[in-house]
Amino acid sequence: MLRYSLKRLLSLVISLIIASLVIFLVIEVAPGDPASFMLGINAQEDTLNALREELGLNQSKLERYLSWTSGMLQGDFGTSYTYRTPVAQMVADRLWVSLPLALYALALSTMIAFPAGIYAASRRGAPGDVAVMGATQLGVAIPNFWFAMMLVLIFAINLRWFSAGGFPGWDEGLFAGLKALTLPAIALALPQAAILARVMRSSLLDILNEDFIRTARAKGLSRRQALWRHALRNALIPVLTIIGLQFSFLLAGSIIIEQVFYLPGLGRLVFQSISQRDLIVVESVVMLLVFAVIMVNFIVDLAYAFVDPRLRSRT
Amino acid sequence: MKSRNLIIGGALSALFVAAALISFAWTPFDVTQMNIPAKLQTPNSTHWLGTDHFGRDIFSMIMVGARTSIAVALVAVGIGMGVGVPLGLAAAARQGSLLDEVIMRGNDLVFAFPSLVIAILITAVFGPGAVNAIIAIGIFNIPVFARLTRGAALPLWQREFIMAARVAGKGASRISLEHILPNVTNLLIVQVTIQFSLGILAEAGLSYVGLGAQPPLPSWGRMLADAQTMVSFAPHLALIPGGAIILTVLGLNLMGDGLRDLLDPRIRVERT
Repeated sequence: MLRYSLKRLLSLVISLIIASLVIFLVIEVAPGDPASFMLGINAQEDTLNALREELGLNQSKLERYLSWTSGMLQGDFGTSYTYRTPVAQMVADRLWVSLPLALYALALSTMIAFPAGIYAASRRGAPGDVAVMGATQLGVAIPNFWFAMMLVLIFAINLRWFSAGGFPGWDEGLFAGLKALTLPAIALALPQAAILARVMRSSLLDILNEDFIRTARAKGLSRRQALWRHALRNALIPVLTIIGLQFSFLLAGSIIIEQVFYLPGLGRLVFQSISQRDLIVVESVVMLLVFAVIMVNFIVDLAYAFVDPRLRSRT
Repeated sequence: MKSRNLIIGGALSALFVAAALISFAWTPFDVTQMNIPAKLQTPNSTHWLGTDHFGRDIFSMIMVGARTSIAVALVAVGIGMGVGVPLGLAAAARQGSLLDEVIMRGNDLVFAFPSLVIAILITAVFGPGAVNAIIAIGIFNIPVFARLTRGAALPLWQREFIMAARVAGKGASRISLEHILPNVTNLLIVQVTIQFSLGILAEAGLSYVGLGAQPPLPSWGRMLADAQTMVSFAPHLALIPGGAIILTVLGLNLMGDGLRDLLDPRIRVERT
């Protein structure tokens, strides 16, 4: 296990280095000079030079890459070209919206998918199974931002149960914060719940065809008892992997949903930064999202190897 | 039941492809023509799906929007297949080699950039547009096809008919092309329908946030973005493009399920 973990850790570090290089180089080729963008077209050359010096734009590419990555390792993401405030602070403020939203959506998706998947698997071929599978087929096809608009129309505009957008901040209390995130979380969770319910069902059906389930049935357990006592635990392994992977999709997906609900999260930050050509913010947010995806994949791999010893020996 | 999926899915997909193709020659109204006196009409005999806030005919916009969605998704899937399948074949042919390792780790890396993140990066540098949306979705498709091809090709390399081809003196690339590829084609066809539907959803999402197709090119995602502030008094502006996206994606997914059942011999055996 240790050897496997070290190997995966090395692969993680290499992936992060290459990802940071790719992001840095892509942003490097962006046309335009941040200093002249900040000071406007009428700025004097010596003022521009002074600002370039201050922002480190006069350094070589290698020096800038190294200072960017070493800064990030110490929590320093640089200074926003537009707002002149530390990017790390801006990102941290926005993460307090995006991260709880992704976690809330993940919890909802799991709470919907587990019962639906188990119900469908336990009634394979019956009308209940067909209905659940039909619903998941539809759930996968619905764009989450469209579903979000429909939720706003029904629950905010017509029924007035929730506000149509905005976020009061966590200072207003946990309930107010969670209430503001409820519709966005439902919109985000729906397609993921549909995928997860399908994986849960097919994983359970695979396990239910295994010999040990047949043995359990032969010992006198009913189909339902065999499902709950033996099949479910074994079927969870692939399901947990998908849940891990979904988290990163939810974090990235929240970027679009935040637009629908005008939530002050990472998504709005990144779109504002694109329109203001505040590339250092874009660079940092993208790196953070990629870091999250790579880290989650790493943890899922380790967790998978932990519960399934065959994987450790295979590598 | 199984062939019903294929028929319904195929019919829905064909409907939207036909709408896209017909839009090149004919649409009920000019999609760029504004008619303010006729704005925000609900569906009626003149404007079958109503009009938007500029009085443009929504039916015509849906037809031309189908063209944008299908074109973006089709080219993006083409990029994914064109690059991903050869990479997957090469990785499988040299399993365990440095090439295999580099290809698979490269794929892992691309997977770490969800298509939305790739689109954000590209847009930040080159500006928004349909072409950049195609590139973003296309890049994301590459590892999907590479992994699928490699996974399906690996067990084939252990089979007798491949050994026979090797004994006959065929090289790895010729075997990949002549024997491996035809045997993974069924799997690829099913994946194409899945990636195609994901491409339609991704294009809609990117256009919705302004990173995809730009005006005056109609796109379902941007129609939804325009509808957002008017959804309370003109819900048809959101319901119709949303319905078009859902029906297209549903059609493609059903077609994918139907094709998988039809093309996978194991499922055929189970059914008989």
